[in-house]
Amino acid sequence: MTTLPLTPYNPPYDAAALTATHYDLNEADHPEGGSTLLGFWIYLMSDCLIFAMLFAVYGVLGGNFAAGPGPRDLFDLPLVALNTAMLLGSSLTYGLAMIAMQRGHVRGVQGWLIATALFGAGFVAIELSEFAHLIALGATPQRSAFLSSFFTLVGTHGLHVTFGLVWLAVLVVQLAQTGLTAANQRRLLCLSLFWHFLDVVWVCVFSVVYLMGSLR
Amino acid sequence: MLTAALTLSGCDWVVMNPAGDIARQQASLVLVSTALMLVIIVPVMALTVLFAWRYRAGNTAATYDPDWHHSTRLELVIWSAPLAIVIALGSITWLATHLLDPYRPLSRIDATHAIAPGTRPLEVQVVALDWKWLFIYPESHIATVNELVLPVGRPVRFHITSSTVMNSFYVPALAGQIYAMPGMETRLNAVFNQTGSFTGLSANFSGPGFSHMRFAAHSVDARAFDAWVAGVRRAPGALDRATYRELDQPSEAVPVRHYAQVAPDLFAAVVNLCVRPGKLCASDMAAIDAGGGTGAAGRFNVAALVYDKNGHETVVSASPRLTDAGVNHFVRSWCADPRPWRASVATAATTALPSRPFS
Amino acid sequence: MPNSVPSWSPLLGRLSLDVLPLHEPIILVTFAVVALAGGALLAAVTWFRLWGYLWSEWFTSVDHKKIGVMYMVLGLVMFLRGFADALLMRVQQAVGFNGNEGFLPAHHYDQVFTAHGVIMIFFVAMPFVTGLMNFVVPLQIGARDVSFPFLNNLSFWLTASGAALVMVSLFVGEFAATGWLAYPPLSGLGYSPGVGVDYYIWALQIAGVGTTLSGINLIVTIVKLRAPGMTMMRMPVFVWTALCTNVLIVASFPVLTAVLALLSLDRYVGTDFFTNDFGGSPMMYVNLIWIWGHPEVYILILPIFGVFSEITATFSGKRLFGYASMVYATVVITVLSYVVWLHHFFTMGSGASVNSFFGITTMVISIPTGAKLFNWLFTMYHGRIRYELPMMWTVAFMLTFVIGGMTGVMLAVPPADFVLHNSLFLVAHFHNVIIGGVVFGTFAAINYWWPKAFGFRLEPFWGKVSFWCWVPGFWLAFAPLYVMGLMGVTRRMRVFDDGSLQPYFIVAALGAGLIACGIGAMLVQFGVSIARRESLRDETGDPWGGRTLEWATSSPPPAYNFAFTPLVHDLDAWDDMQRKGVARPVAGFRDIAMPLNTGTGVVLAAISTVFGFGMIWHIWWLAGTGLTGIVVTAIVHTFNGRRTHHIAAAEVAMIETARTRQLAPATGA
Repeated sequence: MTTLPLTPYNPPYDAAALTATHYDLNEADHPEGGSTLLGFWIYLMSDCLIFAMLFAVYGVLGGNFAAGPGPRDLFDLPLVALNTAMLLGSSLTYGLAMIAMQRGHVRGVQGWLIATALFGAGFVAIELSEFAHLIALGATPQRSAFLSSFFTLVGTHGLHVTFGLVWLAVLVVQLAQTGLTAANQRRLLCLSLFWHFLDVVWVCVFSVVYLMGSLR
Repeated sequence: MLTAALTLSGCDWVVMNPAGDIARQQASLVLVSTALMLVIIVPVMALTVLFAWRYRAGNTAATYDPDWHHSTRLELVIWSAPLAIVIALGSITWLATHLLDPYRPLSRIDATHAIAPGTRPLEVQVVALDWKWLFIYPESHIATVNELVLPVGRPVRFHITSSTVMNSFYVPALAGQIYAMPGMETRLNAVFNQTGSFTGLSANFSGPGFSHMRFAAHSVDARAFDAWVAGVRRAPGALDRATYRELDQPSEAVPVRHYAQVAPDLFAAVVNLCVRPGKLCASDMAAIDAGGGTGAAGRFNVAALVYDKNGHETVVSASPRLTDAGVNHFVRSWCADPRPWRASVATAATTALPSRPFS
Repeated sequence: MPNSVPSWSPLLGRLSLDVLPLHEPIILVTFAVVALAGGALLAAVTWFRLWGYLWSEWFTSVDHKKIGVMYMVLGLVMFLRGFADALLMRVQQAVGFNGNEGFLPAHHYDQVFTAHGVIMIFFVAMPFVTGLMNFVVPLQIGARDVSFPFLNNLSFWLTASGAALVMVSLFVGEFAATGWLAYPPLSGLGYSPGVGVDYYIWALQIAGVGTTLSGINLIVTIVKLRAPGMTMMRMPVFVWTALCTNVLIVASFPVLTAVLALLSLDRYVGTDFFTNDFGGSPMMYVNLIWIWGHPEVYILILPIFGVFSEITATFSGKRLFGYASMVYATVVITVLSYVVWLHHFFTMGSGASVNSFFGITTMVISIPTGAKLFNWLFTMYHGRIRYELPMMWTVAFMLTFVIGGMTGVMLAVPPADFVLHNSLFLVAHFHNVIIGGVVFGTFAAINYWWPKAFGFRLEPFWGKVSFWCWVPGFWLAFAPLYVMGLMGVTRRMRVFDDGSLQPYFIVAALGAGLIACGIGAMLVQFGVSIARRESLRDETGDPWGGRTLEWATSSPPPAYNFAFTPLVHDLDAWDDMQRKGVARPVAGFRDIAMPLNTGTGVVLAAISTVFGFGMIWHIWWLAGTGLTGIVVTAIVHTFNGRRTHHIAAAEVAMIETARTRQLAPATGA
């Protein structure tokens, strides 16, 4: 945004020149999608607020075991560590996809996206098996407020990752169709923000829920 | 000025002309804050009318200065004048909120009478039921429904809870309201300064019978109060836990009832959601949770925990296996074991658990 | 009704013939009226062959002006519904005395006051302010559209989808009977097992997503698309208030989304967030919903403050007094609105220090609000005030709103709140600020920007009739409520024991009747104005002597708003250009790229409605299909590469030449 100086009000003034200083007579088309990243960033912040809420709820209810099992009875830290490694690995492969994009390698981008998706799918699969195990133990979301908030916080993150997987698949197809167009590069950037955002949220989940839960 | 305003407000306006010291102080706070704000509201309204009239387009005699849009001095005034009012009102608020904190024991009977040393407040336990009020007088072991009788001039301390949903306990003539919430106990300290018959109500919507959730609040002198207590003691019924559970069923426009006897600890059981036999009390649950929960063995007590998440009335009774004695034994053993969760993991490993704790 | 366990079938979920309110005559009559009127409307649209026009020019339009107008129409339609609820309540309370049960049974009455609150906030006030921002902001910042035009269309239809679900609840099943914020445990499965709360949840969730998206959209628009030279401190005050409002939306609606999601988990999955047992915390719901709820109040009022700022400056023929302090006041209110939520439940038993903290922060908000009021006042000072309808509403607002502000500060003193909380005094207070602020402001805005939107002015006579019904009607309806609040009368009561209250309620009902006349007069005003649009036509594009950029273009503006983007050199850019005598460019037009219309928004919102309906009635196959449909439609939309089209330079030249001809007699050249 440029700041134009206040034009001195000094008539008589050349009418054409006056018009030219008050209307953009040589306006070119604005490039499409110039606002997309800002918009997506703001969306991510609103999503972040949802996670903040869920963390707050977990903070309030996390100790209410309702005379049932607590974190120490339930969490399998090595499994969660593996899961964390999956997600961190996927962030790395996504970063490599972005490097490939900058070099203009469509194939490379697609390959790294697929690798990212595989890591992500592994993450979701491990999380689902963890949930299944807990439910089989009787530690269902209905059992206590602690478990309700645990399943909701972790599950919401998992849902986001699942959504990211769908998006990855769509992007791989779109890259195959149209290559590294401006639109597709923008989408790659947005998904990149999204994916790393989920990584950051997971680090918080891992620390607040699993680590602190096991140390409690 | 305040007294004049109070007199002017007439006897209908019970909020502004109440019969209890706390409500009276709250009413004067309403007046003081109004007066403080009128200091700024009245000039603003007067100026609005004045400017709106004076600078109408038809009045070409008035000054017209289309370029005047800033004045640092005026800006200072328009920000600092409200600020000054808020500083004054904020200080009053801070003081009054602490002095009139409903949890704070009373420090006076009224403006001229301090509380005699050694005075114990009258304890009254209040339970909001669907849709009536239960009052328990623990000192005299009596209880009433939809009738609150209090001795004039004696401090009262209410312990308030609800059996189902949120209500608000409010006797406008006595003192401001406070929420009645299930599983929680709120408190209110107040005193009546005048005798008379007043109305109490729930001030928070609680379902279809809400409109009829009103009760009579009588302020009587000490002798009449004792006589009333004696009269209630001669009433036929007793409020044991079974009677309470019948009373707890939803009903509307319930006439006044008296109970000559009350089961001990009934109120504590209501607050802890464990009036029904075989229920784990919320306080015990909290103690177990503080110790880390019961581990995977927790399936044992699920039936002892269900209170109303699937409907207050659909849960007919706890599992027949469960008795109060059994639950108490369970709680004692958990709380006695310094490392309950470790023990539980050991036992849980040998126990097959259902996938859904309730069906 | 409560605690009945609904039967369920795989095909129809909880739906059956029993859920139709065939035994409730009031609803049946309403249904008949709605069906007849709706049928007549649909028939008329079909008869005049308007479907194609409506579909291609309006429903699928991505033009921010048309979307803004559609928001206003939605708000107006829902306003009639919400007001009908208000009339029902007023009449019920006026007759429910001395053992007379009135004509509304509790189950119905409780739904009526819940629906009234929900509709008025979410589907009247929100569409009104969103519609105004949509219409005005891009014009005022010299932009051709918002940043994400398709998203804008989708946001509107998602809001409409929520409104549709609320309307469906009137005839299929029931609405929530819990009060407009649906506090648990009352709104939990245990005490509201029916579909009412589910209607509430899904209507708000779907509309809430739309609102959040629209908030993001408008923030980005304001940040990115301002005309060159329009620095932040040269933005019109309305744009500032819109920016702050949308920041509030984006930073508060996710909280609503999350808290409603938790409530639905409690109801659908059986989790324990807000239950009494199993360690849940109903108090947490109250906290969380008000963390959204208080900013929501400012989401509604801030843009209206912007409206009044524009109108006061325009009709006083003066630059706004204290522009900078107006901006700071807006920002301060935005920030403070997050630290006052607890004042909605002082009576929950928090400690005295917590209560005083929130009481005092609440009072602090009155400082910037007071500053705003003074700024309007001194804008009028040394002005030359023309009393057209927008300015009349503004003065009525200033006189009404200060009283509402005063009673609000009274309620912010915790011990005073203990005696006034949940009373009719509270009801009178928030109607005083919402009607006196948001509603009066919306009417001012409608009268002010109508000529811009449609090219002709609103006829003033019926507008004045409406005004003189509304303002006294408001005081007649709500002054008795203030008084009764001081008599200890609480809200949401259906019948009363104390016969001495009846006269007050009758007066209040008469006030509501007067307001009804005001609404009727306004509808007549619209009709008369449309009929006489030729004589009311605005040729100049600037009927009021406006100061901001929306008045620089024609009425109604062309699709592209500005053939050439204005360059801004000062606050009140249009006034600045007029003073300097800047001539409008009349040649050298270029192709203008504009977004293409798309039906995807309508389709997505329609599927969302179906999805919501499936969830409400536990028709899992329908909900599942709906969800899949939403995802698939959204994905397919991303494959649509044709997003923009160009308006050819020749066409622009044609439109602009017509405008030049139109201006010629008006300027007297």
